[in-house]
Amino acid sequence: MTTRAVLILGARSDMALAIAHRFAKSGHPVQLAARNANTLEAERNDMALRYNVDVTLHDFDALATDSFAGFIDGLPVLPHIAVCAVGYMGEQEENEADLDAASQVLRSNFEGPALILAELANRFAARGAGTLVGISSVAGERGRATNYVYGSAKAGFTAFLSGLRNRLASEGVHVVTVLPGFVATKMTEDLDLPEKLTAQPEEVADAVERAVTGGKNVIYVRRIWQLVMAVIRNIPEGIFKKMKI
Amino acid sequence: MKLSGWGLYPKQEARVTAPRDEAALRDLIGEGRAIARGNGRAYGDSAISAENTIHTRRFARMISFDADTGVLVAEAGVLAADIISAFLPRGWFLPVTPGTKFVTLGGMIAADVHGKNHHKDGSFGQFVDWIEVMGPDGQITRCSAHENADLFEWTVGGMGLTGVILRAALRLRPVESGWIRQQLQPTADLNETMDVFEGAQEATYSVAWIDCLSQGAAQGRSLVMLGEHAKLDDLPKPRRKRPFETKNKRKLSVPFSPPAFCMNGWTVRAFNALYYWNGTRNAGEGLVDWDTYFYPLDAILNWNRIYGRRGFAQFQCVIPLETSRAGMAELLAAISEAGAGSFLAVLKRMGPQESRFSFPMEGYTLALDFPVNKRTLSLMDRLDEITLTHGGRFYLAKDARMRADTLRRSDPRVADFQTMRHDHNRQRAFTSAQSERLEL
Repeated sequence: MTTRAVLILGARSDMALAIAHRFAKSGHPVQLAARNANTLEAERNDMALRYNVDVTLHDFDALATDSFAGFIDGLPVLPHIAVCAVGYMGEQEENEADLDAASQVLRSNFEGPALILAELANRFAARGAGTLVGISSVAGERGRATNYVYGSAKAGFTAFLSGLRNRLASEGVHVVTVLPGFVATKMTEDLDLPEKLTAQPEEVADAVERAVTGGKNVIYVRRIWQLVMAVIRNIPEGIFKKMKI
Repeated sequence: MKLSGWGLYPKQEARVTAPRDEAALRDLIGEGRAIARGNGRAYGDSAISAENTIHTRRFARMISFDADTGVLVAEAGVLAADIISAFLPRGWFLPVTPGTKFVTLGGMIAADVHGKNHHKDGSFGQFVDWIEVMGPDGQITRCSAHENADLFEWTVGGMGLTGVILRAALRLRPVESGWIRQQLQPTADLNETMDVFEGAQEATYSVAWIDCLSQGAAQGRSLVMLGEHAKLDDLPKPRRKRPFETKNKRKLSVPFSPPAFCMNGWTVRAFNALYYWNGTRNAGEGLVDWDTYFYPLDAILNWNRIYGRRGFAQFQCVIPLETSRAGMAELLAAISEAGAGSFLAVLKRMGPQESRFSFPMEGYTLALDFPVNKRTLSLMDRLDEITLTHGGRFYLAKDARMRADTLRRSDPRVADFQTMRHDHNRQRAFTSAQSERLEL
């Protein structure tokens, strides 16, 4: 069981690395995919030494959709588990003023992640087995003034994952949607996040592994987020539009 | 944020950063008054600087391992626990280990930690081939016994006050299994305890739990624990196929700090009596897994909370061989008289060691912890004086309250340490709350 390879897309982030460590610790060979993958050599080496498993590096650009099929062909083996942790928050103000910046956020959080998982989905379905994990975001549950460009892309990605799960359920392929809430990572380092709502990357990693082995569909990492988002989703639009949250 | 050592005393407000790379670390060191902090397992204020505490958790990668020589190269933030879980299954163990596995490589070097094998193998520094240190100017220097030997010798046991340890090469110890052949021997008094130690110089590991509240004829009664790494042949047949597999223990946790009144002379006395009695029933030889043998307290997460919110302080001294018996008797008498015993008092024979600033010397070391209050703080002052009278010295990794003049009187090496700090511009670049208190 544990010889099944795990592909981590967008492997440079703190969350992605924590997930890679978690699976490597359980004995899975790990494929780390990111732009300029060779700069992850120290991480690759560390994981290989700690867990005595094969860890390989692969160049991957989430915006270069034409390269996706070739990228998958170039992996040492077709993985059994693929985790897409690609994401880019951008700056909301810049996204409002500069359409190119907004487009990059939309493509990085929706188009790229959705299409690479679509390509993997077809290969997994042909094999009749595998698990796809998409790291989406609670920001996709309702658009807010402060980050709706990022949020809407994540909303698209969440819907895509939901549809993919529905389509593949009868084909032996499972899809997990992860809505992590706040996570203490490089991306959020400068934000002042409430402690009770903020998960450590290792918590996300544990939750992802549990969801994969337990066949969960949609997970929030900290339970409290389920409640928080239920409240936020249910605020009437007339009130919501005047709120600053 | 509020920061403290493992003893939860003293607590103070401190700025803490966790740089991601050497450039960021260099900038922070440039700001001055910096101290590296690993996993915060020093008991007192060794790894706290109000202005500039630098967490090393992002320097925690393993770099290389040579399966022929057992040399591991790793970044300073790697935990002892990680080294064990990575390399015990391949037949290697830490050459020297303190009583918790939740310490970093950098911390073990900075405190030059010792273990139950000190009498035989010396301290942690004996197994470090080289260290890379970032100095006051942000330069990284590799040092070893042969290259930049001065820096190497001051850094091992230097409490992080020579610079920030970045990487090191550590020689691991080959073992045939994850089990320890333990021999448990109850003793009736201090003399017998020390006789057992003196007769057990060939044992790889030796340590005694000492009942620090027993008085009169029973003063110093102990459970002496000797240990050897079990060889394949020592294991029962079914275990030989998987000699490194020991079951994962259930973890207990202390969820909150009980009020301080739960910890009084009576509860401690009762615990000590029970522990001793239980030990006498289990005397003899047995096989124990590595985790239980080396790290019994790690099985109780947050055990540091047991002394209450105000925290506790450790007292650990070493007294030279010539005066050990008299010195230990006097220390134990003072403790028992004050009725302020600790749950786990540990006595251990140390072997000879010559080093620039490390704690160990040939003799006996005694370690105990006390809940912090006026009475125990003044008891510890008294224990300081007794230690000084017998020519002993103190372990800085445990200290949270000693006075500068006590340290100076205990150890002529302090003056050299200060000169070294001054001559290399390290006094302004690297400071901890402890180094300021002790005027290092």
